[in-house]
Parts: sequence; C-alpha cells; structure tokens
Amino acid sequence: MSFSKQHLLGIEPLAPAEITEILDLAEQYVSLNRNEMKHADALRGLTQINMFFENSTRTQASFELAGKRLGADVMNMSMQASSIKKGETLIDTALTLNAMHPDLLVVRHPHSGAVDLLAQKVNCAVLNAGDGKHEHPTQALLDALTIRRAKGRLHRLSVAICGDIAHSRVARSNIILLGKMENRVRLVGPPTLMPTGIADLGVEVFEDMREGLQDVDVVMMLRLQKERMDGGFIPSEREYFHRYGLDAEKLAYAKDDAIVMHPGPMNRGVEIDGTIADDINRSVIQEQVEMGVAVRMAAMDLLARNLRARRQAGQTPGRMV
Amino acid sequence: MRTDVFTNAQIIDPEAGNVSLGALAIRDGVIVGHGADLSPPEGANIIDCGGKFLAPGLIDIGVKVCEPGERHKESYRSAGLAAAAGGVTTMVTRPDTTPVIDTPETLEFAARRAAEAAPVRVLPMAALTKGQEGREMTEIGFLLDAGAVAFTDCDHVTTNTKVLSRALSYARSLGALVILHPQEPGLSQGAAATSGKFASLRGLPAVSPMAERMGLDRDIALIEMTGAAVHFDQITTARALPALERAKANGLNVTAGTSIHHLTLNELDVADYRTFYKLKPPLRAEDDRQATVDALRRGVIDIISSMHTPQDEESKRLPFEEAASGAVALQTLLPAALRLYHSGDLTLPQLFAALALNPARRLGLPQGRLAAGAPADLIVFDANAPFVLDRFTLLSKSKNTPFDGARMQGKLAATYVGGRCVHGGLGA
Repeated sequence: MSFSKQHLLGIEPLAPAEITEILDLAEQYVSLNRNEMKHADALRGLTQINMFFENSTRTQASFELAGKRLGADVMNMSMQASSIKKGETLIDTALTLNAMHPDLLVVRHPHSGAVDLLAQKVNCAVLNAGDGKHEHPTQALLDALTIRRAKGRLHRLSVAICGDIAHSRVARSNIILLGKMENRVRLVGPPTLMPTGIADLGVEVFEDMREGLQDVDVVMMLRLQKERMDGGFIPSEREYFHRYGLDAEKLAYAKDDAIVMHPGPMNRGVEIDGTIADDINRSVIQEQVEMGVAVRMAAMDLLARNLRARRQAGQTPGRMV
Repeated sequence: MRTDVFTNAQIIDPEAGNVSLGALAIRDGVIVGHGADLSPPEGANIIDCGGKFLAPGLIDIGVKVCEPGERHKESYRSAGLAAAAGGVTTMVTRPDTTPVIDTPETLEFAARRAAEAAPVRVLPMAALTKGQEGREMTEIGFLLDAGAVAFTDCDHVTTNTKVLSRALSYARSLGALVILHPQEPGLSQGAAATSGKFASLRGLPAVSPMAERMGLDRDIALIEMTGAAVHFDQITTARALPALERAKANGLNVTAGTSIHHLTLNELDVADYRTFYKLKPPLRAEDDRQATVDALRRGVIDIISSMHTPQDEESKRLPFEEAASGAVALQTLLPAALRLYHSGDLTLPQLFAALALNPARRLGLPQGRLAAGAPADLIVFDANAPFVLDRFTLLSKSKNTPFDGARMQGKLAATYVGGRCVHGGLGA
C-alpha cells in the first residue's frame, strides 16, 4: 500500500502512486454503489464530522452518503450558523470538536489554508472539502476517475479547463493532478479570470476558446463563481456566454469523442449550453456526481486505515497544541 | 568624571567606511575619540572588548510600541528591553496606536511613558493626518514643538492627493520630515501575498508588485510639486527602484528604507500558510529581494528598519487571509542584518551606515557615528557566534518572529546608551 497520508489536504502533497491507489479503490466502491445492498463496514465504529463553513449541498451530501455507506456515524455541522457568529476562532472550534473524539473531519472553509491550519490542531484524519481558492482534492480525484473511465487512461490526454480559473479551487487541484499524471493542461478564459503566474505551472493559457479547445480530449467547464466576485471581472453574463460559454459550435473544435465535464452546480446559459450539458454522448456530468461518492468512500477508507495503523502503533496522530 | 576606554575592539566606523582594531574613549556619555593609537588616560576605566566588534548602536525607524491601546502586545518597557537586547539604542516609534498619536497631548503621553519605562532612547513620530484618515492634517507645528521627529500615517495611504499635497507643503514650511508608504491602495486592498505563481498556487488574494511603483510615482510627483522632505518607509520591489533613483538624481529631498524581512526572506518562506511571515507589504519574489539588497549596496536604499510590529497569538493563529500582518524584529534585527554580511552582500561599514548613520542623518540626530562629541550609544558584538533562535526567549511581549527556529549568527555582548550599559556587559 502506498497511500501513507494522515490527512487529505490537497493534491499537491500526493504522489502519482497514491492518486492511482485512491482511484483503484474507488472503482470497487463504484461497483458496490450500483448494488442493491450498498453497505460496507470500512468505517464501522468511526465518527465522521462534516464541518462546512461555507454553503454546500452537493459536496456535503456526497461526503455524508459516502460515510454512511461505509458504516460511519456521520454528523453534519453548518458552521456559518453557529460559533462563527459568536466570535469563536477556528482553532477553538477545532479544539472543541477534537474533544468529541471524531475520527474523520471533513472541512470546507472560505479561506485558503484554513483546513491546513485546522489539521495541525486535531488528532484525527482531516479531509479538505474545499478551502478558499486553494484546493478541492476530492473534486479533482472524482474528475480523474471520470476521465479514466471514459477515456480508458489518465495520461497523455489533452484537457482544457475553461472559465473562472482565478476563483476556482477545483481548477487548481485539477491542474496539479493532471500535471502529476502527465497530461497536457490548457487553461481557457478571459485574462481577468486567469491567476497571475499560472503559466509557470506548466500549462498553456488561451484567451480564445476556439483555439484552446483545439483537439482536446476533455473539456472541463467551471462554474462562474458569481458570489465570489468583487465585481467587474467580465462585462456581462451574455458577453461571457458568447465568448466563453460552451456550445456546439465551440465544442466542435475539440476531438470528436471529447467529453464534457462540469463540477456543478451549473449556470445553464452562462458557462454551458443546456443541450450540451444534457447530451448523453458528450456530457459526463452525472457520472461525475456518481464518482464523487465512490472517490470519497475510497479516500476516507484509506485515511481510516492509516489512522488505525497509527493508533495501533501507539502514535498520536496529528500534532496537538 | 571618569573616562571609560573600550580597548582591543574591532571598531566599525560607518562614517569613515572602515573597520580597524583599536580603542575608543568615552566620558560624560559622549565619545571622546577613537583610533589604533589611542592611549587611555591615567585612571581611565578599561573595558577589554576581547577582539569583538564595536559599532554605533542601531537607530530603528518605524518601531510599533502598542502603547497606548494594546499594552498586552507590547509596552514601552518590553519594547525597550527588547531593543536593548537587540542593540537598538534609538527607537523611532510609529503613531499607529489606539488612539492614534495625532495631538501634542497623546505625543507627550507616549514620550513620558517611554522616558520612564524604556532603557533606550525613544523618539516618537506623529501622524500626518488626524486619525491617519487622510482628511485633515495634524497640528504639525505643535507636534514638532512637542518632540515629534517625523510625520507618518504608516501604512494608511492618503488617497486624496489634495490633502496630501497640502500636508506636504505645510510640513516643508516647518522643515518637518514626512514618511510615506509607497503603495497604490486600490490594487493592494485585501491582498495577503504578492501576485505570481506562489500566491496563485496557494489561492491567496494578491497584489501586483507594480502597486509599489505606482504609489511611489505618485508620491514623487507630489514631492516635486511641494518640495517636501520625504522618507519612503519600505521599498521592496525591483520595479520601484528606477523611479527612486531618478528622484534622487533630480535632487529631490528623498530617502528610502526597507525592512530587514524583505532583505532576508522571500514569499516562498510563507510555505504552508505560516502567518508569522505575513507582512505589509507582503514578502516578495526572490528577484525582488535580490534587487532590494543590491539597491542597498548601491546606496539607492539608505536605511534598514526592523518595522517591528507586535501581534499576539490570537491575531496570528487564524487562516492566512484573516491573520494580522507584521513581525517583531527589534531583537533579531542585528543577527538578520549580519546575514547580508556573511553572505558577502554588504560590508560591515555599509551595514552600519544603513542601520545607524543614515537614519541619524535623516532625522538630524547626533548619534549613529563614532566621531568625537557624538553620544556614546554603542554596541559590542561577536559577528560570528552561531545560535538557533527560540522565539520564547524574546523580550517583546509578542513573539511573532518569522525567525523562530532559524540558524543565525551574531551575538550581542553589550549595549550602551549615553555611556551607560543597558544590556549585557563585558565584565569590567
């Protein structure tokens, strides 16, 4: 077994072999999830707490289902509502939760690096469910699994990631993962939504979508994060759709068998044309949701194995302060 | 009155630009003379430096003492002790306290507290505009009379150029020195890092290094317009340097400083969101750090400051974006600066010009040099002694140093202010 991590905080610390191991295990859970009897017991007896400091329906549901299918006791905490408003700091919240002896902590936070900070203060396994504009590792892993199943491989592919790269943690995790697995990554979007210095990461940057989509195997659309914008990144939604929205005409520049992906939730008519999203021959958007549950089961399973191994070895996992 | 003579010292004279083995005599808190052939007068008290370096004490422009308002972060007592232990014999303090030091009354309070609590010299600065809000100028004349040595709104940039140009004109008429923070505030709003690959990977809100040059360009135009004497607190980017050089060549009354952290650290030190490395302006790319060191060597940048900014654990143990900016540095200023000497970037006289002589000249102070008649503000140190910094050994109330666990070289043996030993000693 090569997956040796204590936490899943991002794709950046993972070795390619670790990524492959998560995906291989996730394949098994895909099969399980398609059975009528969907239960396994990898997390039996363990407590999983989902701590979301930022609104999420889909990711939280996916993690909850993944935990329940593996037999964990799952608790959801919506953190915007509770302690934040009472002025409690992130670390105090972490210490409070830690005292409840959770085994798996799934955290989403609006600030980059917040999940890393929290992971330093608790002695259980921490999964990053999205921190600010930094990383969203399980999303990149489920995207990778979707691509691998659709294309039969996860290397030497040309992948275009399109749209609001600047505000997207999904884009960052995907750029890192696809790079580690030796694919060509193209970023497509207006310069105002492109992070500075991103070309130094070994990607190609395109401002023209038709050029960017030329002969790619995978088209990955990003949600236009309207709620995160200070205002003034693009002139209007309709101009954005005209230049950067995925429609049949632009998709025709990609390979004939190119697949279309979207992390959801979609803004139909802003970044993607509804008919393409619904085209079962091209769109794998529903499959991404399915892979999401399987990948999260695999990630939590592997982290729980490492947690148990460390506990048996008598080590205190995590650094307590 | 007794004469004290420091013998067997490697004397760093930034004015002469040399280091020479010899002796230095002081009497009545004032330097009497120094040289290789200085023979101690009869009855003089001999202090053997054992071959260590003897140099003017450091003059640190821009120290934040959190009094009044946040004494739990730093008081005049704790800052003064840290300064003495760090070889800083003159602290030039910032007015960005709570409340802001913008009236003669608050300035006198700060000066009184400093005089009774700090073992080193403390020279207060006052705000340039009331409340540092950039709307109305302070009583610059009264504040000068009360002892303000310079006027600054610290990192609050006055966006209204009319207000700033009037304040600069008025300050010029009184011969007051103004310290400005070159930054375009629209671009830098909300930024926690310098834009580029590192900030993009970490997903941090970032500011282009160009924002410093834009701020500098504007300020230089205003200096040209008003004739004011201005010191820029921190120049940290390569792009800002040509404008600064031009302004100096054109004869404007400008000088520039930089912070010890921007000279010795770069953005990659932030690593996994280490908030003790969150500074304002943020740490820069290595290219910019090297350009800043080079500008210091060439004399384009004149002054090194610690930009000592105490923050308690609560303000730092937060997600990076939310964490407070700034680092304590009074006690690490000297060993950090000596990194530039050990790396061969600067000579010791160059270093002490930037740490003592130039700040003294800019503020019109008699210290910072070893000439006869100058105050006997001196430090004796071993430039090579290695140590690993433990932040909990710092005397500041706040321990937010980026050098925790760092290997450093340079240990202070003794600090003298006006001839009186305020830290350490040479057993004589």
